[in-house]
Amino acid sequence: MLQFYLNDQLVRPTHRAGSTLLDYIRYQQHLTGTKIGCREGDCGACTVLVGELRPDANGQPVVRYQSMTSCLTPLGNAHGRHIVTVEGISQAAPSLTPVQQAIVAEGGTQCGFCTPGFVMSLTGHCLGGAATAEDARASIDGNICRCTGYKSLERATDRLTAQLLERDAAPARLQWLVQQGFVPAYFERMPERLAELRVDTVADVAARTGGQLDADAARYLLGGGTDLLVQRADEVLAAEVQLLYGQQERCFIRAEADGRIMLGAATTVEDLRSSELLLSRFPRLRRHLKLVSSTPIRNMATVAGNFVNASPIGDLTIFFLALDAELTLQNAAGQQRQLPLRELYRGYKQLNRQPDEQLVAISFRPPTAEEVFNFEKVSKRTHLDIASVNSAARLRVHEGVIQEAHLAAGGVGPTPLYLRRTSEWLAGQPLTPDTLRAANELAQQEISPISDARGTSEYKRLLLRQLLYAHFLEHFPQQLALQELV
Amino acid sequence: MHNLDAAGHVRGESQYLDDIPVQRGTLHAAVFGSPLAHGVLDGLNLQAARRAPGVVRILTAEDIPGENQIGGIVPDEPLLAEGHVHFQSQPVALVLAETEAQARAAVRLIEADITPLPVITDPRVAQAQGELIVPPRTFRLGDPATAWADCAHIIEGTAENGGQEHLYIETQGAYAYPTDGGGVRVHSSTQGPTAVQRHTARVLGTGMHKVEVDVVRLGGGFGGKEDQATTWGAMAALAAYVLKKPVKLVLPRHDDLRMTGKRHPYSSDFKLGLSADLKLLAYEVTFYQNAGAAADLSPAVLERTLFHACNTYFIPNVRATAYSCRTNLPPNTAFRGFGGPQGMFVIESAIAQAAEQLGVPAYEIQRRNLLEDGQVFPYGQRVEACNAGLSWQAAEQKFDLAGWQDEVDSFNNQNATKKRGLAVMPICFGISFTKTAMNQARALVHIYTDGSVGISTGAVEMGQGVNTKMIQVAARTLGINPNRVRLEATNTTRVANTSPSAASATADLNGKAVEMACRELRTRLLRHAAEDLQMNYEGLDIHDEQVLAAGTPAETDWEKLVSTAYWKRVSLTENAHYATPDLWFDQTQEKGHPFAYHVYGTAVVQATVDAVRGTYDVDAVRLVHDFGQSFTPGIDRGQIEGGLVQGLGWMTMEELIYNADGRLLSNALSTYKVPDLYSVPVVLDVEFLETPGHPNAILRAKAVGEPPLMYGLGGYFAIRNAVRAFRPDVRPAFSAPITPEKVLTSLYAPAKVPVATASRASTMAS
Repeated sequence: MLQFYLNDQLVRPTHRAGSTLLDYIRYQQHLTGTKIGCREGDCGACTVLVGELRPDANGQPVVRYQSMTSCLTPLGNAHGRHIVTVEGISQAAPSLTPVQQAIVAEGGTQCGFCTPGFVMSLTGHCLGGAATAEDARASIDGNICRCTGYKSLERATDRLTAQLLERDAAPARLQWLVQQGFVPAYFERMPERLAELRVDTVADVAARTGGQLDADAARYLLGGGTDLLVQRADEVLAAEVQLLYGQQERCFIRAEADGRIMLGAATTVEDLRSSELLLSRFPRLRRHLKLVSSTPIRNMATVAGNFVNASPIGDLTIFFLALDAELTLQNAAGQQRQLPLRELYRGYKQLNRQPDEQLVAISFRPPTAEEVFNFEKVSKRTHLDIASVNSAARLRVHEGVIQEAHLAAGGVGPTPLYLRRTSEWLAGQPLTPDTLRAANELAQQEISPISDARGTSEYKRLLLRQLLYAHFLEHFPQQLALQELV
Repeated sequence: MHNLDAAGHVRGESQYLDDIPVQRGTLHAAVFGSPLAHGVLDGLNLQAARRAPGVVRILTAEDIPGENQIGGIVPDEPLLAEGHVHFQSQPVALVLAETEAQARAAVRLIEADITPLPVITDPRVAQAQGELIVPPRTFRLGDPATAWADCAHIIEGTAENGGQEHLYIETQGAYAYPTDGGGVRVHSSTQGPTAVQRHTARVLGTGMHKVEVDVVRLGGGFGGKEDQATTWGAMAALAAYVLKKPVKLVLPRHDDLRMTGKRHPYSSDFKLGLSADLKLLAYEVTFYQNAGAAADLSPAVLERTLFHACNTYFIPNVRATAYSCRTNLPPNTAFRGFGGPQGMFVIESAIAQAAEQLGVPAYEIQRRNLLEDGQVFPYGQRVEACNAGLSWQAAEQKFDLAGWQDEVDSFNNQNATKKRGLAVMPICFGISFTKTAMNQARALVHIYTDGSVGISTGAVEMGQGVNTKMIQVAARTLGINPNRVRLEATNTTRVANTSPSAASATADLNGKAVEMACRELRTRLLRHAAEDLQMNYEGLDIHDEQVLAAGTPAETDWEKLVSTAYWKRVSLTENAHYATPDLWFDQTQEKGHPFAYHVYGTAVVQATVDAVRGTYDVDAVRLVHDFGQSFTPGIDRGQIEGGLVQGLGWMTMEELIYNADGRLLSNALSTYKVPDLYSVPVVLDVEFLETPGHPNAILRAKAVGEPPLMYGLGGYFAIRNAVRAFRPDVRPAFSAPITPEKVLTSLYAPAKVPVATASRASTMAS
């Protein structure tokens, strides 16, 4: 039975697991503070908080809250969790919560339609975010406001940052937040309540998913929902779906004995972003992932979803292609096989995968100290946009000679591309402008971009050249200058 | 004072159209739009859709009891297509079902039999074929034909600007239900309740008195719900009227993007003459406006383009001609600025090209030609109380323009892969509806016996803070606390025959009416007090709810005053009518006095271009703006910030792409990008210019809605200047928006030749 807390109320919806949390909130529960703006995760007007029971650093159960766009959240993914809407926050204070006060005081609301989304994102930030201006702004990077031009909202986040410094000095964070009226008192009871629910939900989820993809190919396997509920919302809403949610064994990031890193398929982009292990191997990881969607979408979207949705422009796919990631696929009988990511794509949205096969894990060799890794992406809008062209590079250069190069590029062909010939040719070449120009000539032969809403084919060719150069200019600025290349 | 609606907004309690509790028996509507952009509509196959689950009825043009016509200025737009289709997604049929999902599923089962006709998307092609919405118009001043001989420099070129999607976060919608006595009540997300009322009555074949339109607030409008909310209001009303059931129609985002019109793309030719000392002597410009498939507001938008063709500069010899060209795109419509930005983009492009050819900074030309008192606009109005020079000088000094340019130059000398550009963007914007008759408004004020006050006007609250302004006006005029005053929903039965909330004039027009009504009530109450308490009327005042006699507290306060007046049978209700004085315009001469006053300001914009990737940041916008005597500075600052960022979006990333078949390719928020948090300037300074305001402005606080959008043009020219810092030999075509694609293509254009003119925005990426 599907059950979760909606604000301070336990609910047991009987609607399809693949229907949206948004519709349930607005049209079944009549909580109209959660607004509909785009139904594709691009505006944030429907943002809610999703709380999940997790052990904290001391092993104590706490509820971790993340912002998510309810338009792309399958109702089934709410199972066993705490869903918070603006109505569930407003009861915290007799008048306004500090988040609400900050927005009002700075004139951060005009027409007001996007405002509850901002309130939820910022409240989520106050529950778990770092008391820095950067983090506060990042928490609302998935919320579009067409009226204010954001400056008043920035000023509101600055007010909150000052207040959150006090939070960090307080002995008990949640207690302080309740006392200050950021969230209502019932939040303090949520760990206990969710723990009670968990007894039911664990068995429940296992029964529903069994960890295996059902052989019936008509069903959808839904991860974060951030692609399927955009591309095929009507079909998914009408179909029986199977959820990836709840498969804890598919959600991990760990170092293997042989030095490789392994990820579970249900790992989210935010999990990558907050992984100390990955940050130690990819010093620029946060900068790179800031270019990938927005905070709420990063909280929902899974790595495996990005791979199997097979978009030619998938950011993580390009990232991991340059790392030569290897996939573990598992069929309905439980048999596993390994497949290099480079061999997953057969054509536009065509996968080298059987209907009952499910991607369960991803492994790769992280860059060594002698290697550099770079990710580049250019889109019409720098953030929360789909790339015109993206590219990743893993490079080993020693004493002016390129020892090894692995280049991947998206948006320049029907599938995400590993630039095999260019990469192979570069090995052993001196790091000179002539080499890079020749590499570009080769790369141009490997790609076949088309003209579309993200740019003309000529532009994409030029942009790929520039991003190819950018990998080297970023990491070897002493050896190369832009003027020598163009 | 904060926006008084803000507390409800942040608590999620403010009510928008889709939040109205649904009545029992409500049907949900979905619209079937034409799959082709142009053709003969031979027939519709509705069989499968009629049999689909939950479907109650499908309405087509045949079901309209009155006239199938919703054209506002020109009667050329059917509510539901009949005989022909003229743009892709033009509404053809309306499906009514028990749920929204069922209605949408049934729409997908409808098939239209259409014989295709040629599709035009380019306004110049339309003009060449004589496809004009209205006859062309020309504004003239002096005689450019003879002035060219006196010019030391003559510059010629073209400029293109794209359209702009409004992207109000609340989509279009209406909820209609039958009322007692055979009428219909329509809750509509509209800026123009009277327009919805008028056209609904026409479609139903009934009187306007049987159609009540009610608007609480909008989740954004920006002009997109001025005339284009009418379609959905009339459609929901039609269904409610025919089926005798409540009907709700809220557009899904993708339908809204495909079915509604946007800001007009323009393609324009210019010729600019300058003297040796950089004075502008002559200007000829021809505008080709892409109106889309029906007139909508295009003729009025076209007119404002002509009014603002010279922006804030005096040019003694001008000939400005404008064609409104009929194409097979959705009918384009009002959008903040209303044609003004398009006109200004061309003169600014001409000046930029002149500056490049003559090797001087553009701001040298701009500065030498600013309007001054005593000069005359090309449309005949005298320049009075002009703040063009004042705002320029304030900006130049406060922001140290010379020093700033030096910093930019030295940055460019020291950086090989990043280049900066600086641009100055002065503006002059006329305030009033250019259709003189529309400059009227009414207010209905009730004082209740407990001293609280209810106000109704024709103003629609859409985030601009007009409710707060009305409350302030009433509270100040009556001498009472604003928390006693409530603004009622905008409703056609309380205040009739209203002009839409548009043209930046809503607070002025409705505020003046509120002020008049409240003054009359105040006079009436004080006369009552004088009589009641045997005081001398002269010298009576109400301040902070206390009645003062010659400055000292009298023996009555607001509550007592109201209560005693009621018992003495004094009327506590007043209705006032305001019409802006001295406005006229003679279209046969194209001369007159169309504007109540003008708003001025000057922005300085810096951008940085990444020469490796072709990406850019607008780093800083610092501006001086002529607010007059602002009485809601927080709200007014918000209008400047929001308008500027919307203008920057139009000039940089917001790209509407239609293919040659007239299909919108940027048809979702994933492909049409508006500014997000990270794309706004890190520095955004708004300085209030000290001016006395204008008597025609409410409480001398000048209108603030549209003017700031045009500061965004500065972003375009700053980015362009940064590109030229990297490639001084390249002259990028004047083509907005300046996307990363255009930047990169210019940065690496073949040497020493101008970049080829980009294909028109309307047909790009076909």
